[in-house]
Amino acid sequence: MATQHSRAAARFMIAPSVVLLLAWMLIPLGMTIWFSLLRYNLLMPGDNPFVGFENYSYFLTDPAFQTAIVNTLLLVGGILLITVCGGIGLAVLLDQPMWGTGIVRIMVISPFFVMPTVSALVWKNMFMNPVNGLFAYVAGVLGLPAFDFLTAAPLASIIGIVSWQWLPFATLILLTAMQSLDSEQLEAAEIDGASAWSRFYYIKLPHLARAITVVVLIQTIFLLSIFAEIYVTTAGGPGNASINLTYLVFQESLQRYDVGTASAGGVVAIILANIVAIFLMRMIGKNLDA
Amino acid sequence: MTTTRALLGSAAGLGLAAGLATAATAAELTVATVNNGDMIRMQELSSRWEEETGNTINWVVLEENTLRQRVTQDIATGGGQFDVLTIGNYEVPIWAEQDWLAPLDNLPDDYNVDDILPSIREALSVDGTLYALPFYGESAMVMYRSDLAEEAGVEIPDSPTWSEIRTAAEAMTDTESGTYGICLRGKPGWGENMAFLTAMANSYGARWFDTDWQAQFDSEEWQATLTDYLEMMNEYGPPGAAANGFNENLSLFQQGKCGIWIDATVAASFVTDPEDSQVADGVEFAQFPNREGVDNHGNWLWSWNLAIPASSEQVDVATDFITWATSQEYTQMVAEDEGWRAAPPGTRTSLYENSDYQEAAPFAEMTLQSMNAVDTQSPSVQETPYTGAQFVAIPEFQGIGTAVGQQFSAALAGQVDASQALDNAQRSTQREIDRAGYTSN
Amino acid sequence: MARAVPNSVKARNTAIAWIIAILIFFPILWTILTSFKTEGAAIADPPVFLFFDWTMENYTTVQERSDYFGHFMNSVIISVGSTVLGLAIAIPAAWAMAFVPGRQTKNVLMWMLSTKMLPPVGVLVPIYLIFRDWGLLDTRVGLVIVLTLINLPIIVWMLYTYFREIPSDILEAARMDGATLQSEVIHVLLPMAVPGIASTLLLNIILAWNEAFWTLNLVAANAAPLTAFIASYSSPEGLFYAKLSAASTMAIAPILIMGWFSQKQLVRGLTFGAVK
Repeated sequence: MATQHSRAAARFMIAPSVVLLLAWMLIPLGMTIWFSLLRYNLLMPGDNPFVGFENYSYFLTDPAFQTAIVNTLLLVGGILLITVCGGIGLAVLLDQPMWGTGIVRIMVISPFFVMPTVSALVWKNMFMNPVNGLFAYVAGVLGLPAFDFLTAAPLASIIGIVSWQWLPFATLILLTAMQSLDSEQLEAAEIDGASAWSRFYYIKLPHLARAITVVVLIQTIFLLSIFAEIYVTTAGGPGNASINLTYLVFQESLQRYDVGTASAGGVVAIILANIVAIFLMRMIGKNLDA
Repeated sequence: MTTTRALLGSAAGLGLAAGLATAATAAELTVATVNNGDMIRMQELSSRWEEETGNTINWVVLEENTLRQRVTQDIATGGGQFDVLTIGNYEVPIWAEQDWLAPLDNLPDDYNVDDILPSIREALSVDGTLYALPFYGESAMVMYRSDLAEEAGVEIPDSPTWSEIRTAAEAMTDTESGTYGICLRGKPGWGENMAFLTAMANSYGARWFDTDWQAQFDSEEWQATLTDYLEMMNEYGPPGAAANGFNENLSLFQQGKCGIWIDATVAASFVTDPEDSQVADGVEFAQFPNREGVDNHGNWLWSWNLAIPASSEQVDVATDFITWATSQEYTQMVAEDEGWRAAPPGTRTSLYENSDYQEAAPFAEMTLQSMNAVDTQSPSVQETPYTGAQFVAIPEFQGIGTAVGQQFSAALAGQVDASQALDNAQRSTQREIDRAGYTSN
Repeated sequence: MARAVPNSVKARNTAIAWIIAILIFFPILWTILTSFKTEGAAIADPPVFLFFDWTMENYTTVQERSDYFGHFMNSVIISVGSTVLGLAIAIPAAWAMAFVPGRQTKNVLMWMLSTKMLPPVGVLVPIYLIFRDWGLLDTRVGLVIVLTLINLPIIVWMLYTYFREIPSDILEAARMDGATLQSEVIHVLLPMAVPGIASTLLLNIILAWNEAFWTLNLVAANAAPLTAFIASYSSPEGLFYAKLSAASTMAIAPILIMGWFSQKQLVRGLTFGAVK
């Protein structure tokens, strides 16, 4: 089927996407790399002298840099763990026969439609607030002291909020994969006396491998640049406890208006994101070929 | 698929309608402003200006930090998206120096420039030229519950010292019933906890930098400021204080959970508003405290101002609008609609001489006294290389102040101790200021 | 699951599923309820669940203060526009990749996805400058372009995984029957591709609707969508939970309702070729 002719046609069809993305990638990226070599602060206009790698060394030696890297990985890892495990659990549950499947499913997927800013505002003010929040009220009823989520466990709180937003996505994909499983196979296993757990572990879970890969891949792309949730809830604090790489770059670009350093940070973030991507591909890419 | 098609169809139809509706007419101003109550009122009232002049206003109303980022980005890159900006007195001189703002030297006579409070006028002028008009202004003062003070048997004088405040906070605290002696800002940010802590440090005789631009967090004054702040908040403050900013404290105070709250003077009109505040009747006011022997009451001065970007193509119309919105007539209009207590405070002497206002606003006198006590030229009793107030008037302060604020907020949350926080603050501040080139000359 | 299941098991499943679903949905429900309270009732201690004086006051206030419909229209135009444009560009590409895979196909795909990892904050200034020079600031066209480019990799990838599942034997068979290329596409491939395209479309409308960095930073008054509308209600002086809830409900309601109605469609295409 792959004749010379169809190959040429294929190239022609792919070209618009590639050219556009190449332009989108190269023009801002080119400018970003160029800016990252300049001393360029928006608040201090004038000539922007070439300073070589000074911005990079300044960004990389920022005391918050290491924390930001660790936090970025913790955020991605923590949220992936929760959403994938929770998603599998929910998928198994929703796959069971029950009354009102439609409504249950609608309720479960709803958080995915909520804007990140809105969900952060709602969680912060109406649930996690140690004085007015619902959690504090529940703690009070149970006779416990109010737990100050965003101060005492900022990173975990953000992981919780973002997991809530992405759990529906994981559930949806895993559920559709689950439903595509051949039920005869399961029944055969049941007749052979396989326990519910071993049916899950030996039949369902392997079947889900590819869907899990998809969830991990897509979510990682979005989770590496979590921003709105941090901006609204903790602003990276207390201290640097909940800062991630995107937020650190934001501080340079929109709080210090230091375009040079922000650009250097942007380049560093792109490099690191690609390392993660390559790593991810190595680890789970095989699943996609199956 | 039918859903999708219907969706697309209706989207296209409505899109066309929206396109037709926005056909341009007379002068159109784009005004960027903060979502604070006074500005929202301005947004409502400005329909009268639109009717009078036939011009229209497109509003961009954003939360404070987002607005600041948005307009700074735009003006610094020459994006030209706005005709009127709402900016603070921190930005005005810095932006005026860059020639980003249109000078306001041709104001109409009836605008009565001399009526503007001297401290505010000075803060908005560069070399004697005004670059922005004040919409409302504030200093900081002590607000406290007189009923609680009486019950606890303490008295707060008109001009208290920090140790008097501390004694009173201790006496008013009743954790059992959820009453906390003192509420102060703890949320990190140069305009949040650092506004308060810089003012408090000023009143302790501390300064950010010595005359050689060396950071001063290792000084005795800063240590005393931070340890006293932490001790007061840990012992008599509400839980979760490290996340409390102006809004959170306002709400706590309005719900009767705070004995003392030291913050911006504009809060006075909110806490005495019987509609929103459960403690409206029993609030008393005192001057911002000082440390014994230090003649400094914090030097807190903030104003939200309307300014015009130099790049605006409609400077004349924009000037007409900002003079309208900051005029005595505007104040009169608000007073007629909403009562005198709601008049935008802190900008004009005439307001404080108005007997109706004095009567309606029990906080008027203390507000005026606090604002007049401010000296933005020398914020600390020690000599400084900078001017400012509850901030240091250099462009780098937003970044530096926020970084330090994070450290102090972490100290309040108990994640680092005071000396560690001061060490970190010292190091990060010096690192920034060295890089910016202040110390090299 | 064709077998009969004892009702007791079904009841147990139902109970567990409902409890979990209600817990997950609760924050949204609470927001909606709060939007009908007065500001006082919104922060009442103890919290009131249903028995409060229901009021529409917050919605009227929000409507008076901001041009909800204008923001809403901008959101619709921007999210639908960018998705449709993205699909128009992506369908041929994904098609070609799926049916005429070359040695580089996988790498090209991965490279496309990696462009999504460009942190927006890092490239804001370059994009702002380009937009300024091309007169795209505060225009819907500008936002459509940006969001198309941002979501293009996801669109291409989703379509690719979907198209790949269309068995090529069917094509062979159709060709044997003497179908022309045109009728092959219209009668054989398109019907099979529609569910995948539809769910890609839905997913991308959701992503574009909720995008809150570019839609906030590249607009002023004219093209501002609902994300900017929300930014005018977060943290004003004083706490206004009820008004914030009303504004939040207004901002998420359209997409929530669309999501609910198109749920089945979304699920069908979301299989990403996991169906075997």
